[in-house]
Amino acid sequence: MSVNLTLTLVASVLVGTGAYLFLSRSLVRALMGFLLMGNGVNLLFIIGSGPAGSPPIVGAGDGGPMADPVPQALVLTAIVITLAMTAFVLALAHRGWQVGRDDLVADDTESARIHARAEADDLGSEPGAREQAEEIAAETERSERGHHGRRDDAATDEEGGTA
Amino acid sequence: MILALLGAHLAAAVVAPSLMRALGGRAFAVLALVPAASAAWLATQAGGRGAAHEESVAWVRDLGLSLTFRLDTLSIVLAFVVTVVGALILLYCSRYVDLGSTGGSPGLLGGALVGFAGAMLGLVTTDDLLALYVFWEITTVLSYLLVGYLTTSAASTRAARQALVVTAGGGLAMLVGVVILGETAGTYRISELVADPVTSTGPLVAWGVGLLLLGAVTKSALVPFHFWLPGAMAAPTPVSAYLHAAAMVKAGVYLVARFASGYADLTVWQVMVLGLGAGTMLLGGIRATRQLDLKLLLAYGTVSQLGMLVLLLGYGTEGAALAGLTLLLAHALFKSALFLTVGAIDHATGTRDIRHLRGVGRRAPWLMVAGTLAAASMAGLPVLLGFVGKEAALTALLTPAAGWASLQGAAALSFVLGSVLTMAYSLRFVWGAFTDGARPPAGGPVSVAPRAHVWHAPGAVLVGVPLALAVAGLVLGPASVRLERGLEGYSATVQQMSAPGPEVHLGLWHGVNAPLLVSVAVWALGGLWFWVQARRPAEVPIPLSPVDAARAYHGLMRGLDRLALETTGFLQRGSLPVLLGTIFTVLVLLPGTQLLLGQNRWPRVDGLRLADSAAQVAVAALVVASAVLAARARRRLRAAFLVAVTGYGTAILFLLHGAPDLALTQILVETVSLVVLVLVLRRLSGRFPDDPSALTRRLRALLGVAVGVVVGATTLVVSASRVHPPAAADLAERSVDYGAGRNIVNVILVDVRAWDTMGELSVVLACATGVASLVFLREEAMDRVRAGLRTARGDRAGMRAGTSETTGAILPSRRITGILALDPERRSVILEVVTRLVFHTILLWSVYLLLSGHNQPGGGFAAGIVAGLALCLRYLGGRGYELRAALPVMPAVLLGSGLFIAAGSAVIPMLFGSPALRTWDAYLTIPLVGEVHLVTSLLFDIGVYLVVIGLMLDVLRSLGSGIDAQIARERESAPAEAEVGP
Repeated sequence: MSVNLTLTLVASVLVGTGAYLFLSRSLVRALMGFLLMGNGVNLLFIIGSGPAGSPPIVGAGDGGPMADPVPQALVLTAIVITLAMTAFVLALAHRGWQVGRDDLVADDTESARIHARAEADDLGSEPGAREQAEEIAAETERSERGHHGRRDDAATDEEGGTA
Repeated sequence: MILALLGAHLAAAVVAPSLMRALGGRAFAVLALVPAASAAWLATQAGGRGAAHEESVAWVRDLGLSLTFRLDTLSIVLAFVVTVVGALILLYCSRYVDLGSTGGSPGLLGGALVGFAGAMLGLVTTDDLLALYVFWEITTVLSYLLVGYLTTSAASTRAARQALVVTAGGGLAMLVGVVILGETAGTYRISELVADPVTSTGPLVAWGVGLLLLGAVTKSALVPFHFWLPGAMAAPTPVSAYLHAAAMVKAGVYLVARFASGYADLTVWQVMVLGLGAGTMLLGGIRATRQLDLKLLLAYGTVSQLGMLVLLLGYGTEGAALAGLTLLLAHALFKSALFLTVGAIDHATGTRDIRHLRGVGRRAPWLMVAGTLAAASMAGLPVLLGFVGKEAALTALLTPAAGWASLQGAAALSFVLGSVLTMAYSLRFVWGAFTDGARPPAGGPVSVAPRAHVWHAPGAVLVGVPLALAVAGLVLGPASVRLERGLEGYSATVQQMSAPGPEVHLGLWHGVNAPLLVSVAVWALGGLWFWVQARRPAEVPIPLSPVDAARAYHGLMRGLDRLALETTGFLQRGSLPVLLGTIFTVLVLLPGTQLLLGQNRWPRVDGLRLADSAAQVAVAALVVASAVLAARARRRLRAAFLVAVTGYGTAILFLLHGAPDLALTQILVETVSLVVLVLVLRRLSGRFPDDPSALTRRLRALLGVAVGVVVGATTLVVSASRVHPPAAADLAERSVDYGAGRNIVNVILVDVRAWDTMGELSVVLACATGVASLVFLREEAMDRVRAGLRTARGDRAGMRAGTSETTGAILPSRRITGILALDPERRSVILEVVTRLVFHTILLWSVYLLLSGHNQPGGGFAAGIVAGLALCLRYLGGRGYELRAALPVMPAVLLGSGLFIAAGSAVIPMLFGSPALRTWDAYLTIPLVGEVHLVTSLLFDIGVYLVVIGLMLDVLRSLGSGIDAQIARERESAPAEAEVGP
């Protein structure tokens, strides 16, 4: 299958500039990167689908070979999803602006906390292996008491205090 | 019939909670009827001497799964044990479980117990290996619920989790073994697998059998997985009696017994079954002689006995199989009797600690009878069934075919030693439970503070059920000659060892022979052990072995936690650029290395094409230039417009390639995106707020270039490597015949790949909902939106009335209803007029695109976006008022009904017996319009159309008028703040 160099170049540039913008801290800039990358990837599908041809509509072409319709259907889906994603990310950016007056993505404090815990080898307050095993053993002794009631009228063991 | 019984168990499990609410504790007795009825039916089957009862129902035809059941001797014996003991234990529960207690739901307990009985019944009767696995895992899950019954206790849930992890892990290993065995033999029928075992194919079958046994070993709590069983004693005692004596742990034993007749001569089998069985028998026995808690004593005793059963049933001779099956029966009877005795003691006194128990034997003599009889059977004392089984086992084991210095010799020795330990802990049980001898002397080294005990006499049921089980063991002992005739139907099938074992018969008296003498010695040694070592009121300190399975397990789990923490801590640095940079670096490194070092098929020079047309080159140059400029842009609007240029350029490239549908949709989407971008960007600062250092910028640029180069090179290699013709070769014909449309892309979307489109609609719906939630945030804001809609609907009604009065003279202020509310300075007369002129035309065009999309470029997506653009225009002309006037519904209504219609069009063909989403077409002749081609997939496309309009409306309402309202509110409050401020 012959490869169209122009399209390949365009797709590479779109993906490359998209990756560059994607790495930005500004959410809108990252969105720009996402859109560029999306266009580039959609073009990749078209490149992979083979040579150009007449539209994949039966009876509409001039009799020449038809362009492969399957990647087109995939890309069509992707385009609409991109629109929905754009709207969502813009809403996120707007929300970020409402909260912090800019659309910069701040570092996630929770991840930083986990990272600090990993650095400090701190597994948290979970009991150790030994304690867990002992706790289970102790629980088996206690477990029954919760399952059944005691009747109030039952007689107290008369030998209770002799031991 | 078995299927009906299983269904009855399932139904009982489902209604159990409501039954429990209606009847209270008596509900358990009602539930007991189900396993009891199963037992009764099994009794009628056991009488028949003919061929094994079989039944089969196809389940998943494509996977070859069927629900096949087969009742042979082994199945009947185990099914009998499971149902009879299950019914008795449910009966016992009716007096044992206190409904008012907190910490667990009795309805769940009853349901899970009945369900468990059903799952076990299925497990031991099914003849399909995959179905067996399904039942196996059902018991695992139900046992998790039962062990973790006390939901308020952290230790109880932890014990349940431990049992689940161990047994489910073994179950997964077993599944692999099942698949290996089934695939090598070409059948999943257990009876065929066992009758004609494929043992010649070398290591693969050995692996399969080993993995299968791993499932059995974990389930039956053999060393080194035995530790979950004592932990699981956190369950209520009847549950322990059922799961850990009669039922669940027997599943592993059953598996060994079932496959022994096919695979017992494999080395892996011999090592795992005999080695682990013997080791477990000794370890469990030693631990059991040291326990203070009666239930833990029984738990370790069970571990020991399970080792013994696995050893006997997997031994591979007819005699051992007969002895094993007898002992299995005996064990189910005496061990559940013992557990239930402990439950009654605990119920009566509130403790199971042998140091606290006093006078139990005196106050509950019948309970003592039951407990002692059962313990005697466990120890193998004469006339009880345990004795008969032990004698038979000794006969079978004492003459190992390969001499004493072999695995079998070691197994025989372990069996004798294990029996000594069994004698010792049986004595310790009776001594600790029913005599006062276990009380530590006051003031002694291990004195225990006395507790004030309340004696709460156990009722007839709590004593009667264990007594019945114990007496059954007493009756079956003398009747064992008759029993042998029932059991030999199984044992006759097990003959795997090259040398036949000694002939074994059940019975009380075979004369003075070696097994009898060994038994006498076992009793004497066991008594001695008890007297010297086990007769201590204190917990005998266990020397801490360096390798402790329980601690190893906990260490492993902690290591997993540790690994997760380290990995997460290393990878998740919390910075989005760093995370994305990591992903891009991997993208560059992995395929990049392969590109440089791997053997790739690079395109030859004659396989390259510069361009398809001059127009393509021109557009490509434009796209590349704008992409680079967009990357360098510092102003938001500039970047947005440049990105839009690349989008439009891409659309033209699509068109030049022969994809008009893509081009149309891309242009529409790009326009809408631009509008939405501007709507949001008006709120944000004019320039991008981030200002990275030159170094950061260079690093990013380097990564970007690398990604671009790798993607481009990969494209070249991938395209050059393509050898297959397109999948769509004959799609053109099929799309007309089958999809009834000429636009193949549209046929793919609404017919061939319609399920994917449906998934995509869900994504769109989720995004639209997310947008609305992010902007409106609170319910009050949504209420305001709804109130605005109501006003808009009222206005429309009023306007209609007004129009009729004023004879059609429609004023612009009427036509664009919200216009009067707008600041005159912010109005654009030209836009208002143009909107008036084109709005309906655009809507008409969108409907046309929708209807013609099946045969020409168009379709639901494009049509929906066109309608959305019309709405955009209305919004820009008159803001939210106009939007509400144009389409006075909530976006959620459109999104929901769109998805509903799409899903409905998928389901409707199923009602007529066709596959989902099947397309039909019809030609209708409508007067004036002419012939109309109606296709059912149009309905699906209408769903798509509505969802896309819903998305557009949601976006305009949220990011458009929602933000307008916020700006207006801020403007109102800003002067007020200024006055208050200094």
